[in-house]
Amino acid sequence: MSPPLLSVEGLAKRFGALVVTDDVSFSLDEGRLAALIGPNGAGKTTLINQLSGALPSDGGRILFAGLDISAYDLPARAELGLARSFQITSVFPELSALENVALAVQARSGSSFRFFGRAAREEALNAPAWTALERVGLRARAGDLARELSHGEKRLLEIAMALALRPRLMLLDEPFAGLGSDETRAAVDLVRDLKSEYTMLLVEHDLDAVFALADEIGVLVNGRLIAWGTPDAIRADAGVRSAYLGEEALA
Amino acid sequence: MTARGQTPAIVLFAGLALFPLAARFGADAYLVTLGARILIFALAALSLDFLVGQGALVSFGHAAYLGIGAYSVVLASIAGIDDLLAQALIAIVAAALFAALTGYVSLRASGVYYIMSTLAFGQMLYFLFVSLSALGGDDGYTLSSRSRLIGKPLLESDFSFYYLCLAALALAYLVLARVAKSRFGRALNAVRQNPLRARALGFRPFPFQVAACVIAGAIAGVAGTLLANQSEFVAPAFMSWQRSGELLVMTILGGVGSLWGAILGAITYLTLEETLSLLTDQTHLLIGPLLVVVAIFGSRGLAGALAPKSSGRAA
Repeated sequence: MSPPLLSVEGLAKRFGALVVTDDVSFSLDEGRLAALIGPNGAGKTTLINQLSGALPSDGGRILFAGLDISAYDLPARAELGLARSFQITSVFPELSALENVALAVQARSGSSFRFFGRAAREEALNAPAWTALERVGLRARAGDLARELSHGEKRLLEIAMALALRPRLMLLDEPFAGLGSDETRAAVDLVRDLKSEYTMLLVEHDLDAVFALADEIGVLVNGRLIAWGTPDAIRADAGVRSAYLGEEALA
Repeated sequence: MTARGQTPAIVLFAGLALFPLAARFGADAYLVTLGARILIFALAALSLDFLVGQGALVSFGHAAYLGIGAYSVVLASIAGIDDLLAQALIAIVAAALFAALTGYVSLRASGVYYIMSTLAFGQMLYFLFVSLSALGGDDGYTLSSRSRLIGKPLLESDFSFYYLCLAALALAYLVLARVAKSRFGRALNAVRQNPLRARALGFRPFPFQVAACVIAGAIAGVAGTLLANQSEFVAPAFMSWQRSGELLVMTILGGVGSLWGAILGAITYLTLEETLSLLTDQTHLLIGPLLVVVAIFGSRGLAGALAPKSSGRAA
């Protein structure tokens, strides 16, 4: 049997005396969608940062398809196929939407040390970028500068950039944060659509979205993973109820 | 880059090409000499703008490359090499090496620490040449004549020298505008705009930034070979930190990121300096407030004021 795509063993992170990630272990098989939930300050974004390589860990191991990537930095993990989006929207504001995605294509498709050909005219970069924009429904905004997009469109652009990396695992940090209800519905539909092709780990506050999408849910409280299981199991978990969810959320 | 976006650059270069003819009508040969000097500094400022505008790498030691280029001419002519192209090649190699070495070290720091280490490397080179008494030390070294081009003394005429400088400037502009649009330029720009995002896509900033330093350094090295020929004299003062500061002023005055803005900045700065020096010895007392006005009201400099739409960064 092949190893899980992502396997986290005893992961730790401290900021001074504050333990932000406390002995977190879980694993995620290829093709699954897992969601991390937890109250504010539970350490969800820190954990995503540790997994993506933006933040070094103080202990534990991260295995990606069986390979120990604990010592790999952010670009190295991206090259291996770990793509992430950011909680606070992070795009290239002075480039067009298409160029943002074309950059992602360029990052995964060979050399960036080409000094003369015009990148904007390279079909090898643009064609996959158009496809990714189409997928998230941003085709009409392709030529607009990223800074001119609405908040919701920027979130979609981030997902398009992640898609263009052809990742093996997508780490999405609160993909629905700050979206209106219509936008959220569209974004949830998009993630559900992507589920069949990509393994995803997402951090999310919107419990309706999480329970609608996730195959597995992890509950993080004060840096500890207090539960990991199917949505039904999490709903039924007495510890989760008392620590976080509250009765009405599960009704 | 659309043809329309290039209009300011085309107008600028057309003006520069016509300038000696106008100066000839004015019967003032000195203007052509001054013009060549301005073009040389424009070349250095242009290369610095590539670094600052595309890479957000604010180098406070860029004059070092002028010095490297100028002393390449001295050393080459001592060795009997008097052809400008050969000298420029030596300058390019030397400047590229210096850029790679110092960039490799400086780029481990960022922000103000990067600025400080470029300053430190510039000063190290300055004091090295001050201490080299064989090359005249602090007093500098007087060249016996201008370099030759394809075996002929083509640089002796101020007119042909002016057009040689203009050709070098135009070529450098075309190359840098092209590089800014390439895969490399796009990645360098991405690293500047959002380093964390760029890294999350898999781009490691360091090699792109070192390469940008090498490209900018090599071009400024060529400017140094021209400067030595223009003044027929080379001194460590070519690479003083004040000179590095002036190059930054020209770049910022012109408007960071548009490339042609840096050329305009060099023209404006040196013309102002020259004109004001007729009125007062304290030219910088007058230029200073102008810079403050530019810094406060027009962060995109002259380029931003003249062409607000097309002055956007070259990528």
